[in-house]
Amino acid sequence: MTGEYFTTGEYAGTDAEVVVADVAVIGAGPAGIAAAASAAERGLRVALLDRGLESGGQIWRHINGVAIPRVAQQWLARLDKSGAQILRRTSVVDVSVDVAGFEILAESSGRALHIRVTNIILATGAREMFIPFDGWTLPGVMGIGGAQALLKSGGSFAGKRVVIAGSGPLMLPVAAALAESGARLVLVAEQAKRSAVARFAAGLWRTPSTLMQAARYRARFMSSSYSTGTWVTAAHGSDRLESVTVTNGRRTWRETADVLCTGYGLIPNVELARLIGCETRDGAVVVDDDQRTTIANVQAVGEVTGIGGAPLSLIEGEIAGLTVGSRLSVPLPLLRRRATFEAAARRMFDVFAPRAELRALPTPTTIVCRCEDVTYGVVQDAVCARQAKLHTRAGMGPCQGRTCMPGLEFLLAWHSDTVRPPIEPALVSILSSEVAKNAPSSFLSNSCVGDVYQ
Amino acid sequence: MGQRGAESEVEIVVDGQRQRVAPGITVAAALFNLGISALRRSVSGESRGPVCGMGVCFECRVTIDSRPHQRACMVAVVDGMHIHTASDS
Ligand SMILES: Cc1cc2nc3c(=O)[nH]c(=O)nc-3n(C[C@H](O)[C@H](O)[C@H](O)COP(=O)(O)OP(=O)(O)OC[C@H]3O[C@@H](n4cnc5c(N)ncnc54)[C@H](O)[C@@H]3O)c2cc1C
Ligand code: FES
Repeated sequence: MTGEYFTTGEYAGTDAEVVVADVAVIGAGPAGIAAAASAAERGLRVALLDRGLESGGQIWRHINGVAIPRVAQQWLARLDKSGAQILRRTSVVDVSVDVAGFEILAESSGRALHIRVTNIILATGAREMFIPFDGWTLPGVMGIGGAQALLKSGGSFAGKRVVIAGSGPLMLPVAAALAESGARLVLVAEQAKRSAVARFAAGLWRTPSTLMQAARYRARFMSSSYSTGTWVTAAHGSDRLESVTVTNGRRTWRETADVLCTGYGLIPNVELARLIGCETRDGAVVVDDDQRTTIANVQAVGEVTGIGGAPLSLIEGEIAGLTVGSRLSVPLPLLRRRATFEAAARRMFDVFAPRAELRALPTPTTIVCRCEDVTYGVVQDAVCARQAKLHTRAGMGPCQGRTCMPGLEFLLAWHSDTVRPPIEPALVSILSSEVAKNAPSSFLSNSCVGDVYQ
Repeated sequence: MGQRGAESEVEIVVDGQRQRVAPGITVAAALFNLGISALRRSVSGESRGPVCGMGVCFECRVTIDSRPHQRACMVAVVDGMHIHTASDS
């Protein structure tokens, strides 16, 4: 937003491409797909941007030949027909505002792409929260969602000894998928107490389809051991993971493992929203009934507004698609469905708060910032994220703190730092490719989009 | 990927060795299936491999067709692709 990277003032002579549209939807998960399709069906020119190889987000992303759920097929078909332009492999790195609207700067397959729009729908989803511990940087230690993504993108876990340790409902489908693919699940360790998990399971009765799903997941890895109140304290190996130390607070033991999947729940990707200036509360973007944020002409949908699951993301996306650039009122049944799912989501995610013992996981020599190899001992004395970044370089590497900062905020009770562009590392040529206000701009069309991919 | 016929596989070159892998999968998946776990070296020299699988953590960076720092989880394998990892000694 600061425009700090736009120093040239005129067309920088790069091969930057310009796209003009009414609406940019950022993120092509269920929320973004529903928003883009619904808005394009109203005749608006919509550009749907995602850094991924395929549309679908965390849950529907797939590689050729892997079955995706029916609801995903239906939405992807609807998106196809809607006329929305889909820009894959396109990472948004900055957004600036002027009287004409927004200018989005993206890196698309190594080239700069400028997208000029009057409305933005943020659908940037969520990522996993990690808590650092000794050995978590060893190859073979990955996120729970990371393992799921690797599996979905063609990775084979057959015959591998896998430990899944962390927290939250994501552990169940991932355990089931890994077991089904032939992995040997050594242990599935949920840090939450048995009573909390029981409360979660009881809450599922109110959302019958989710219950059925959870029961099916559980059945598929029944033969492996599932423990509550159990967590991993360290990972060991010389150049890759060989074993993990596990504890339940009373007893501590080792398990041999080729892969450790770890993660402590999902956190909304609010960086872009905060860069634009949207208000956030409890780490999620604040929206009204029409999914509008506190910044005019910017809406937010899906996990970025709070963790709620794919069905809720779809409803929110549809609402934003119907209300973007207009004052159309949202059909009542849609509003009712959103309210039902929202209530269910809150019950689901409350019980998995990380236990206090996890604050003792990192030792002074544990690397916390994986990009810059900064240890816990070094950042521990900083009073806030900003100070840690300035003095230790923690959070200043390519991931921009997205991997370590949420964990450090939990461990040290820090507040989030302000967000600066670029939100993702981008080539210098892209950051300096400001397009002059009167530069020739092509309208959003297939030929323009095609150019970007050459 | 076992159900795919060998004729639909693509050939890539990893750290100087020719390898046949399933088409359409990501570079991260291909390296994982080949048993290559160290994709990059950290600033202090540690081996690192994929963590998030979704383009956020930058731990899976490798050199692809001479372009350094490419996220292996965000790129699909293509016939003839050359990949260089930190496992190359
Ligand atoms: C790791 C992970 C695993 C999950 N697994 C499951 C599961 O097994 N079962 C289940 O029911 N739910 C799962 N969920 C939750 C589920 O993904 C969501 O409920 C659902 O996908 C709705 O999400 P969404 O559309 O809001 O965002 P997502 O599906 O997360 O999509 C957001 C999209 O935004 C893109 N994006 C973000 N920032 C940028 C940027 N700057 N530039 C370009 N693109 C960007 C991302 O590439 C992504 O494709 C998972 C979530 C995560 C994070
Ligand atoms: S595994 Fe995190 S960016 Fe590729």
